[in-house]
Amino acid sequence: VKALPESVEELAAGLRSVGYLPGREAGLVAYLAVRLGKPVLVEGPAGVGKTELAKALARLLGRELVRLQCYEGLDEAKALYEWNYRKQLLRIQVEAQGAGWSEVQDDIFGEEFLLARPLLSAIRSSSPVVLLIDEIDKTDQEFEAMLLEVLSDFQITIPELGAISASSLPVVVLTSNNSRELTEALKRRCLYLWLDYPDPERELAIVRLHAPELAPTVARKLVEIVGMVRELDLKKPPSIAESIDWARALLLLGAEDIDAARFEETMSVIVKHRTDLATVAARVGLALAAAP
Amino acid sequence: VTRSGIDSAVLELGEELRAEGVSVGTAELLDAFAALGEIAWSDRQAFHGALVATLAKSQEERAIFDAVFERFFFRAVEAAALRAGVREQAGQAGGALDLEELRTQLERALREGDEARLRDLARLAIAALGEAGEAPAGVLGLDVQRIRRALGLHGLTRGEGSAQALARGGLARFDALLRAELERAQIQRNAALGPKRALSELDRALPSGPSADLAAVHRVVAQLRRRLASRGSELHGTRAADHVDFRRTLRASLQTGGVPVVIRRRPQRPRRPELYVLCDVSTSVSSAAVFFLSVLHALHDSFRRMRSFVFIERVSEVTELFARERDFKEVSEAIAQDAGVADVSGFTDYGRVWAELRALIEDDLDPRATLIVLGDARTNGRDPRAEEFAGLAARAGRTLWLNPEPRLYWNYGDSVIAAYEPYCEVFECSTARQLEEFVRHLTRAR
Repeated sequence: VKALPESVEELAAGLRSVGYLPGREAGLVAYLAVRLGKPVLVEGPAGVGKTELAKALARLLGRELVRLQCYEGLDEAKALYEWNYRKQLLRIQVEAQGAGWSEVQDDIFGEEFLLARPLLSAIRSSSPVVLLIDEIDKTDQEFEAMLLEVLSDFQITIPELGAISASSLPVVVLTSNNSRELTEALKRRCLYLWLDYPDPERELAIVRLHAPELAPTVARKLVEIVGMVRELDLKKPPSIAESIDWARALLLLGAEDIDAARFEETMSVIVKHRTDLATVAARVGLALAAAP
Repeated sequence: VTRSGIDSAVLELGEELRAEGVSVGTAELLDAFAALGEIAWSDRQAFHGALVATLAKSQEERAIFDAVFERFFFRAVEAAALRAGVREQAGQAGGALDLEELRTQLERALREGDEARLRDLARLAIAALGEAGEAPAGVLGLDVQRIRRALGLHGLTRGEGSAQALARGGLARFDALLRAELERAQIQRNAALGPKRALSELDRALPSGPSADLAAVHRVVAQLRRRLASRGSELHGTRAADHVDFRRTLRASLQTGGVPVVIRRRPQRPRRPELYVLCDVSTSVSSAAVFFLSVLHALHDSFRRMRSFVFIERVSEVTELFARERDFKEVSEAIAQDAGVADVSGFTDYGRVWAELRALIEDDLDPRATLIVLGDARTNGRDPRAEEFAGLAARAGRTLWLNPEPRLYWNYGDSVIAAYEPYCEVFECSTARQLEEFVRHLTRAR
């Protein structure tokens, strides 16, 4: 575990050194989150590096990443903790003779019989961790309410044991694709960061970072085309990860340039809906063919 | 600036944000102070970033925050300048740029995204206009328009794709700067700050526009569904049930030796609302038509038992279309192309619409049905035939009318909303916010 960064610049430089190029605002909010110990709610379209930000923070701070992937119907048994009830049964059977009820009860509701799920293990960890709660908008509002205790006090109340407080303060990152409005209570406890598609310069830098062998002219053209594709009204616009994939694909093919034919061959790397493919082929393909 | 000075400034900013509808609580303000303690204030962007991350918690709120932030600190600076008696020298050197030169420089600054240069150019443009003998009109919007025209800026937005979007964003920025500079000059002339204006709907709107709006409409309509559904049970009262469930009563009687001590009743199913929505898509409501269609689209998402109609001169049922096609854009295109609602003139004919609609659905209407009309009640001088509408309204349980025009314009010109008002409840509604008010109103007792 490393020391906390001392300034925004230091944190931004650190993130760059672990392979994540933060925008100005992302760097600032990440810095505030680390310094203030507040959770960050990161919203934005799919594929702009929301999850990646948490991973990069974990790498930078030298902490373990504890990830809770949210989905519809996620409940506390899968997010917080669960009693290891087989083990409890065994214990009761072994100790059944002689011991009184109160003793057994004290016994089987001890920490030993607790199965820690992501949130509890993040809280109980002896060294500080980065806790990633991914796609919080996929859960229902009840689950959000359950999170509030963790987010504001970093503690979890287990009826049989009492409150378990954090032994170390985790850095918490929540991500949301904005598919539904989150509750005010949750938002109040978080810093807010809106991540959008990067501007061409930054995307170029990201692509070059992940595919350094790609010729600069090709990389620039790639970023321009991806920008054009995002302008179109698609079911799913290409994400940053897909730009990188495309850059690597072009690299493998040894592409010297992106012309209409090359684009036709490889565009399925960045566009993945049948209807989108038709739109993109018509609009961007034509523009490329017309260009000298 | 002392710390306490900043503290009170942030508190005031919080007040203004609240006034604009951003929910800023004590917790948020405490966070803001904590965040300001961690960053260097000399960096304007970091200062803004720290406040926006702690005070604005959604994209809509961010848009509002940015507008309020700019307004707040602009006024704070001007107020300080007034107090200190700082004035700018009139008649600067270099004020004599001609318009052509200005325009070229502006294009370059827009291309390079040079904010400081844009600000200078805004000042020069105002000076150039003053030199041409045109005194400022004193109304900021008018002056901005005049300068834009004089410079021929509208042509700049022509171009392809991203270049066009970029130019439009830059121009909007230039407009904002022009406005700020004009306001500054005005403050200096009057030696007093003007009255604070609340943000207009335009200022609040997200740059991304329609799709975000669509999401807002969907959210409100989901509320509408809950309200309409719960209204049904209200009318029925809280009597648990009327019918005895014979099977379950017998089963329960087994516990008491075959004597039916406990009577089981059949649970009453909550009544599902039946909805008939009628939507005007003529040119007189063309700006509102997109909004109406998005309401219709959202309604279809929420209600199973609903039939929808669009009309101009005649009525056409589009229930099928909405059921088949989920994409909003496709739906609106399909309706524009082949709904077959315009006959000859393309003008709305409400009288004829009522008659046709009556023939279509009168037999299906019953007291459980809700009829919603989306339209401006502009008949283009034709007979409103309110008696036909009254007939429809009498058959339906409840009739609601959403009029996109401001209440001020109702019954002026060819608007005949007064003829229909006795038979239905009329609401002014052209934004998601007004739609929300409408939904809230629905729950109040009649």
